Amino acid sequence: MEYIRAFVVGGVICIIGQLLIDGTKLTSAHVLVLFVTLGVVLTAIGVYEPIVKYGGAGATVPLPGFGYALAKGAIKGAKEGGILGAFTGGVESGAGGVAAAVVFGYLMAVIFNPKTKN
Amino acid sequence: MSKREKLRKERDYDAYVKQKTPKPTYLKNVIWAFCVGGLICVLGQFITNVFENMNMSEKDVSTARTIILIFLGAFFTGIGVYDKLGKRAGAGSIVPITGFANSIVAPAMEFKREGYIFGIGAKMFILAGPVLVYGFGSSVLVGLIYLLINK
Repeated sequence: MEYIRAFVVGGVICIIGQLLIDGTKLTSAHVLVLFVTLGVVLTAIGVYEPIVKYGGAGATVPLPGFGYALAKGAIKGAKEGGILGAFTGGVESGAGGVAAAVVFGYLMAVIFNPKTKN
Repeated sequence: MSKREKLRKERDYDAYVKQKTPKPTYLKNVIWAFCVGGLICVLGQFITNVFENMNMSEKDVSTARTIILIFLGAFFTGIGVYDKLGKRAGAGSIVPITGFANSIVAPAMEFKREGYIFGIGAKMFILAGPVLVYGFGSSVLVGLIYLLINK
């Protein structure tokens, strides 16, 4: 059952992204930035948490989920460490993903070459 | 050429462009985005469940899942599969975190010939950079606002 919920919630978030790309002048880069920021804002006002509770990975795997992790970390940091925590909290909870993206991204780019387009 | 004639030509051209621009096939794109995006999330849920059964904390599970998905996104971009998928899946392959990895590897590979510093090192952040700027930036802002409200 939780797999179906993850599928539907994740799928719907992707549909929103697709409609933004097809229906407006926004490019995929805009959508990436918009979704992460939206994830941060929606988490801050308490809207995203229930979506995560319901959709599980369907809400945390799409990019708003990255924003969700950042905002949650920043709020937790602020709660525990004041101003310093507000600065470090978000980056800390996103650190694993960012480090992985840098390391694997670099490695794959060094190892592989772009496929010639036919 | 008189002014009126020029205007008419411009209008004709605009109509011509409109007629020739391919209309996005909304329904087909939406179905593809839904299915591919949904399936990637199901994979994420599966990874989550595996780690939860290993009694990892919620935060560790989330970090581990993100790292694995980013590895997969980067790897499949490297071997050229992810971009092939992306042609059909659109946002279904862009919006999940694997798409974030894709947005790093694809330009980095493309600009490899410009060297390891200004090619790969710089261009890998051409899309990921803005995402991190706005993501980190807004999260710090949220933390500070939280402090202001709760003082």
